[in-house]
Amino acid sequence: MTATEAPARPNAAPEDRYYTYAYLDEQTKRMIRRAILKALAIPGYQVPFGSREMPVPYGWGTGGIQLTAAIIGRDDVYKCIDQGADDTTNAVSIRRFFATVADVATTEDTSEATIIQSRHRIPEQPLADGQIMVFQVPQPEPLRGLEPRETETRAMHAYAEYGLQYVSLYENISAYGRIAATAGYPVMIDERYLMSPSPIPKFDNPKMHMNPAILLFGAGREKRIYAVPPFTRVRSLDFEDYPFETQSWDEVCALCGANDSYLDEVVLDDKGEHMFVCSDSHYCADRREKGHAGPMAGHALAHIETEIAAEEV
Amino acid sequence: MNAPLNLAELRPGFSEPVGDSQSVFRALLTATAQPGTRVEVGKALTPPLGLNAAAAAVLLTLADQDTLVWLEPSLRGGAIESWLRFHTSCPLTDHAEEAAFAVVSHSGLAAQMLSGFNQGDAKYPDLATTVIVMVPDLEAGPNLVLEGPGIETIAEIAPQGLPDSFWSERADLVAHFQFGIDVMLCAEATLVSIPRTTRIQSKGE
Ligand SMILES: [Zn+2]
Repeated sequence: MTATEAPARPNAAPEDRYYTYAYLDEQTKRMIRRAILKALAIPGYQVPFGSREMPVPYGWGTGGIQLTAAIIGRDDVYKCIDQGADDTTNAVSIRRFFATVADVATTEDTSEATIIQSRHRIPEQPLADGQIMVFQVPQPEPLRGLEPRETETRAMHAYAEYGLQYVSLYENISAYGRIAATAGYPVMIDERYLMSPSPIPKFDNPKMHMNPAILLFGAGREKRIYAVPPFTRVRSLDFEDYPFETQSWDEVCALCGANDSYLDEVVLDDKGEHMFVCSDSHYCADRREKGHAGPMAGHALAHIETEIAAEEV
Repeated sequence: MNAPLNLAELRPGFSEPVGDSQSVFRALLTATAQPGTRVEVGKALTPPLGLNAAAAAVLLTLADQDTLVWLEPSLRGGAIESWLRFHTSCPLTDHAEEAAFAVVSHSGLAAQMLSGFNQGDAKYPDLATTVIVMVPDLEAGPNLVLEGPGIETIAEIAPQGLPDSFWSERADLVAHFQFGIDVMLCAEATLVSIPRTTRIQSKGE
């Protein structure tokens, strides 16, 4: 397991650099910083900002990366996960990017990190006071699927007119007997703003409620920043007769035996042989290191599990 | 608002603007995410007389050519104005309702001053003014109990020098969330952030 890596150039002088610290120019950082503070003052509200281009892997998006560039400093310890995994091609390249442009230490250990950049997951290990989670958001507007016009959705948020969303969810229940949406399931922030939690599985939604970390969300293409301060009420939408439920599995993780983590199904051969493994690669590796073993522990796939995760991107 | 700059008497800004503004911002992030938390900012600054270190650090970190700044009358026309324009390039405004940032000394607070600031728009509540209020001390005044997002149970502060009307006026303005002002209380090099979501009571009430 990879431990925390110290900064490559801890004492780098500003003149050794041929670009601005953390890549973004200072005026852009100030604009993003102002937007972040307003986002925290109005939890769940989408603050417009003047998004910039960033040199990130195709398909990743720039919103979360711009947030990190605006907040990161030399004392930070940076972790980056893509769908739970630290070692996918994208996660590795973004981690190297900030190690280089911001001279920070990097880690895979959730508890060591001060900034956790994420695409589509919240780590299994509970977040702590002082940590900042930065989410990549493709579509910040939870109502967009119901109402394509921005002027309309902005008015709905302004006057907390969320009836349309409730009607849609209820129709979903009538059709399927349950709410079918499994990722990006909408949440109410402090009982005022409806918010998209980004495409995290709804398994992760309850982790946001009254959690001690700062949660920041960035959508680059849509030019929106929003936030959930620590210790803030986050409620997944539900109905009296259909309470909110997260995914659960009959299986445990085949490698580490965990029964409390989000599992990915991995197909092993063309005969339908499959196994379930933790989506959070650090959580799984840490458990195995501590001696936990699942029903297929030692399976040849254990060491290439992460490469499979990478291909799912 | 166009007093000529006197460079000979100009006080310095950050010694290392990139690193200093990043660390001040992180302190502001902590303070705003956890209202009531005291953070230290601008300790190394020697701002012009009348502007304390924390208020100066906030302005150096957040103000620029895109933010209109309103100064309370007693702070205008002299060294503070020159310093601010030189280091941040921010335009100053006489109109409180269009200010992104307002700077007020506790002794310069006037009745109804807070309601003159931008309270935000229903669709764009982020346009509300951030009001930087300079006070002598954050622990020597009457005790206040804070609750709301960012606060696990309660937080306590005791800012000195603010009239009772300040808190009642602020309470009226933030009563209709998402409208309302966001306040940063600055005492020397210490700051407490009080966003509009924070509910405040006098201790013992
Ligand atoms: Zn596992």
